[in-house]
Amino acid sequence: MIDYFTANRELVLAALSQHLVLALVPVALALVVAIPLGALAARRGWVYPTLMGLAGVLYSVPSLALFVVLPSVLHTKMLDPRNVVVALTIYTAALLVRSVADGLRSVDPAVVQAASAMGYRSVHRLVAVELPVALPVLVAGVRSATVANISMVSVGALIGVGGLGTLFTRGLQLRYLDPILLGITLSVLLALLADILLVLVQRRLTPWARPGAA
Amino acid sequence: MIRFEGVNKVFGDGTVAVADLDLELPAGRISVLVGPSGCGKTTSLRMVNRLVTPTSGRVLLDGRDVATQDETTLRRHIGYVIQHAGLFPHRTVLDNIATVPRLLGVSRVEARRRARELIERVGLPAALAGRYPASLSGGQQQRVGVARALAADPPVMLMDEPFSAVDPVVRGALQQEFLRLQRELGTTIALVTHDIDEAVTLGDQVAVFREGGHLAQVGTPEDLLTAPADDFVASFVGRDRGWRSLSFLPAGELTPCPLPAELRLDADGRPLSWATATGEVAAATFGDDDSVRQAADLAISSPTGYAVHVDDTGRATGVVSHADVAGFVAARRRGSARGTATP
Repeated sequence: MIDYFTANRELVLAALSQHLVLALVPVALALVVAIPLGALAARRGWVYPTLMGLAGVLYSVPSLALFVVLPSVLHTKMLDPRNVVVALTIYTAALLVRSVADGLRSVDPAVVQAASAMGYRSVHRLVAVELPVALPVLVAGVRSATVANISMVSVGALIGVGGLGTLFTRGLQLRYLDPILLGITLSVLLALLADILLVLVQRRLTPWARPGAA
Repeated sequence: MIRFEGVNKVFGDGTVAVADLDLELPAGRISVLVGPSGCGKTTSLRMVNRLVTPTSGRVLLDGRDVATQDETTLRRHIGYVIQHAGLFPHRTVLDNIATVPRLLGVSRVEARRRARELIERVGLPAALAGRYPASLSGGQQQRVGVARALAADPPVMLMDEPFSAVDPVVRGALQQEFLRLQRELGTTIALVTHDIDEAVTLGDQVAVFREGGHLAQVGTPEDLLTAPADDFVASFVGRDRGWRSLSFLPAGELTPCPLPAELRLDADGRPLSWATATGEVAAATFGDDDSVRQAADLAISSPTGYAVHVDDTGRATGVVSHADVAGFVAARRRGSARGTATP
């Protein structure tokens, strides 16, 4: 496995960086979509079940099917990485919209009421009070979405854009185990690293949430 | 001054929360809105800072209809304190208190400097400034809540059950400090509670609400205890209202009896103790500034049956027994029966 890496260094590192981009860009894009939608769901009683139902349906669409269908919808080429990014953004947003809504719903109503009574306008209140207080729930969602994305990117290899997934397809074609093992190892390490990083970021952002915080 | 003019609130499901409310809360005073749950007192309070919009009628603040004012500006100039304080868990004590000044555009440095002053003003140790709310006790959180409401020097403060969630001992201390603070600042305060004892302790004026959002009676605490408008108010203010109404009579109105020989005095005539058959017991004393209720309580709880009256210099001038208090109350009743009844 190590030999394979040293022999194909350039290729493996390129796959790794592509993997990272394909997994993380959708998380950032999904947050942009999920925060306003989640906020809407948290505030309006009837939006919540509708949106969560829709999110559930979207999440259950097989990823390979989405990868294949998207080019005709987006008018992109089959091998365009944007297909993978859009598909993963849809999945991630479907996951995160629930985290955002549940996070905001977990904020003590007294805190929200106090903020309104002190003269926070609605959007300002969301950004300055509600989202920061909802952060622990929100970050938990971002962590599971990130890890899920890192594993899901590999499927993109079946349509030719798959980061570390290309190591799997290559191993299968060559009937050679080393690239497959390397792909799995790097993918798992990447997921682990991303998760640890997110935990550290959360600790940094929410010193108030630790018991016995001073 | 806060004024409710013909205010009604009917919720979407047809529930009448407030019915034809006409009420004036005088400037610089504490007005308490009290009543059983669901009587519309909190709904009325929230109309002042427009958290609730009346179905009909007007709420005036210093003569201006609040409905015509910018909601956000209005709220930033009205302090608001609620039951569990509602502190922002993600901000330190200091930054919680600095919130409204920051919203009003005061610099961070200046807002924090002011917040530091307030921490001491509400009786909290300065060391708490950097702590997060989760690490404070309920009483401490409530003090921070009061400090936060005071941070922008609001002329008006709304308080919704501010002391209900803390234990009775802490509550008593908070109430006394709150009274002192209000006297210092002269803030106009509207306070909601379900606890009639709290209403009587804190209120310069008390408005009793009954279920269905009707105002049952408005008056001073003494008015409510001595002349309840109807059976509802009488039962709401409680069975021992007669006893509690003695709190409003100064003990100076009692006529003490001569000092008995059993009372031992020091060289200056200050009471030391009682000599009894079983030994010495401490002498309980009261002055003219105490209430008749305190004097009576001391007399009843003393083994000798007497409370000792002392003058400003602490010298004993006479004693009062519970029988004397009973006689005083009976004489007062005969006096008011002759036509000086409370209007």
